[in-house]
Amino acid sequence: MKKRILILVGVMALLAAACGGGASTTTTTTTAEEATAPTTTQAPAEPTTTQATTTAAPAEPTTIRYFTFSAAPDNLDVLDEMIAAFEAQNPDVKVEVETAPFGDYFTLLQTQIAGNDAPDAFELNFESFVSFASKGVLADLGPLTTADSDFDGAAYYQRAFDAFAIDGTQYALPESYSTVMLFYNKDLFDQAGIAYPNDNWTWTDERAAAEAINALGDNVWGSFAGVHFWEFYKAAAQSGCSFFTGDQVTVNGAGCVEALDFMIGNVTSGVQPSAADMGGVSDGDMFINGELGMITTGIWMFGAFADAPFEWDVVVEPGNTQGGSHFFANGVGVSAASDKQEAAYRWLRFFTSSDESAKLRIAASWELPTLTDQSLYDAYLAATPPANREAVLKSLENVVVPPVIERQNEMQDLLNGLIERALAGEMTSQEALDQAKAEIEALLN
Amino acid sequence: MTWLGSARRWWVVFLAPSFALLLLFTVVPIVAAGVLSLFEWDLLTKPEFVALGNFTELAGDRQFRAAVVHTLVFIAGYLPVVMVVGLSLALLLNRRSRLAGVSRVVFFMPVVSAWVAVALMWRWMLNSRFGVINWMLSLVGIDGPQWLFERGWAMVSVIAVSVWKDAGFVMILFLAGLQAIPADCREAAFVDGANPWQTFWKITLPLLTPTVFLVSVILLINSFQVFEQVWILTGGGPLESTTVVVEQIVRNAFSFGRMGYAAAMSWILFAFIFIVTLIQTRLQRRWVHYGG
Repeated sequence: MKKRILILVGVMALLAAACGGGASTTTTTTTAEEATAPTTTQAPAEPTTTQATTTAAPAEPTTIRYFTFSAAPDNLDVLDEMIAAFEAQNPDVKVEVETAPFGDYFTLLQTQIAGNDAPDAFELNFESFVSFASKGVLADLGPLTTADSDFDGAAYYQRAFDAFAIDGTQYALPESYSTVMLFYNKDLFDQAGIAYPNDNWTWTDERAAAEAINALGDNVWGSFAGVHFWEFYKAAAQSGCSFFTGDQVTVNGAGCVEALDFMIGNVTSGVQPSAADMGGVSDGDMFINGELGMITTGIWMFGAFADAPFEWDVVVEPGNTQGGSHFFANGVGVSAASDKQEAAYRWLRFFTSSDESAKLRIAASWELPTLTDQSLYDAYLAATPPANREAVLKSLENVVVPPVIERQNEMQDLLNGLIERALAGEMTSQEALDQAKAEIEALLN
Repeated sequence: MTWLGSARRWWVVFLAPSFALLLLFTVVPIVAAGVLSLFEWDLLTKPEFVALGNFTELAGDRQFRAAVVHTLVFIAGYLPVVMVVGLSLALLLNRRSRLAGVSRVVFFMPVVSAWVAVALMWRWMLNSRFGVINWMLSLVGIDGPQWLFERGWAMVSVIAVSVWKDAGFVMILFLAGLQAIPADCREAAFVDGANPWQTFWKITLPLLTPTVFLVSVILLINSFQVFEQVWILTGGGPLESTTVVVEQIVRNAFSFGRMGYAAAMSWILFAFIFIVTLIQTRLQRRWVHYGG
């Protein structure tokens, strides 16, 4: 009998572990309600102010649901502070936050919309924006901005603002952006006895430095940049090649082939660790471990690298025949199916363009607000590391935006597959990109 | 009211709950998927009728074809091994002893564990640089492969982990089968001077064929639907060398927003399983011995 019980306990423990795994994923969906408790307790004081008495008896506040991926997990408290500030100014609106990790976000969003349970307002990255906007799930913000006397379109970066419009219809407001820089480990450059990178480097300089650092030892590599869709379209642009020229698919152009050859050459020549060399360790962790001389990655890593046990800094990414830095933008839109569009829009305007929210965002280094007000950036530039934060703004002088089509995920997937095969030496870069052209053309019609 | 009349009514009442669930969660989705396979639907806009367009596109889909081939490779590697391992365990543990009892539990534990949990655990153990498996191999002077990152080895890893997970399930079914074999058959063979080897081949195995048939049908149906271990261990890579049918269905439905296309794939998979099971059932007359 005792034995049976022991067995039962063992099995139960395993099942509990399995269930626990399931439960933890649901906890990522949090509401702001608990987190913003202080503001709700302040609310009763509101009616005594003159403002509240003029706006008649505030009825039940309108509760809107806001769905986000970029806030979780590191910046949820920042988002809660923004919501608290918004609700203080707009007592008639309550914002409820729902979050999901980036990997699951779009599947969940799509399912919610299909199930007539769309959040009133939600976040979209630029690459997904076109897919969603073209399917009619986003409300036209035009009438809302026109009716809103406080709306100032000029507060946003024009380019980012326009990116979230299709044929002149504004479907989303730009929320934040980020870019990719060349990060370098100063200690390894000193050991190799070579000069630090600067904002005018090209691929040739980068490769030469990578080779010098690579020679330092068995567990040190010169550089790292992902060999995938996102690095590829940017490297291609730096070589003067874009995926699309007018109606034509030009992904197999000479510059694109040169870019892919260079990326693959970094790995085959050994200056960049292969997937096998990395053995499941992330590129960021390898950099922190002092195993990489240089790494091409996003400014969202500033926080993660802050405690690295060596000196490091950033420069504008080296280009090839021309410069070019990533521009990743997130936008926020209102659901076309929502019956609380005005309230949802008001939250989004506050979230994307108010001083309060921009300052909170910058203080947290939670990407950057897409606003033109340069004074906002003083605090950002003053913070270290890295010392050369000026380069972040400098890299925005020459940006490359992702190629976007309606069947975006399929394009990214097929390109990643072909790039992987070229990397493995199963086909040449030219062959891979010729096939990519044919397959992308099939996706377009 | 006669006793028989009310008994008939109770029969319906007892069946109703499971029948309702079967209808709601199995029959209705199957029919819905059939209808959906004739449409192009991205979840967000109105479905568009394309007749058999999805099926003709499938015929020329390179990735789907690769997925079918890999699923068959998986079955060819997994099915015989898990049957042999499961049967061996059952034969070893078909005795009354404390050690055998504990061992049965140990071998059955993977069966009740969640795939996600154990697949993550295996991913760590198979890690080429820091994994315990390559570390143990290095102790005997073997430079272990990049299990999950190398074409060829990735599928071997997926098969090996699946065998580890399911062998206990096969073992339990075979144990039940072994215990149903009357002891006098084996005793008679012993009296006639048969050695254990002869007893196994001439007595035990033939009498076990109904269980072998049952196990092979269940495993075949399940292994056509192989998914979780692939999704977590390799994600279909490297170089698409482990993409399988269900993985393609999930990718098309939820990543690419192509519900109709994915539904068409599901129906092809259903047809595959149906035909194979039908053939199995037909062939069983030739080799399955039912006692009595």
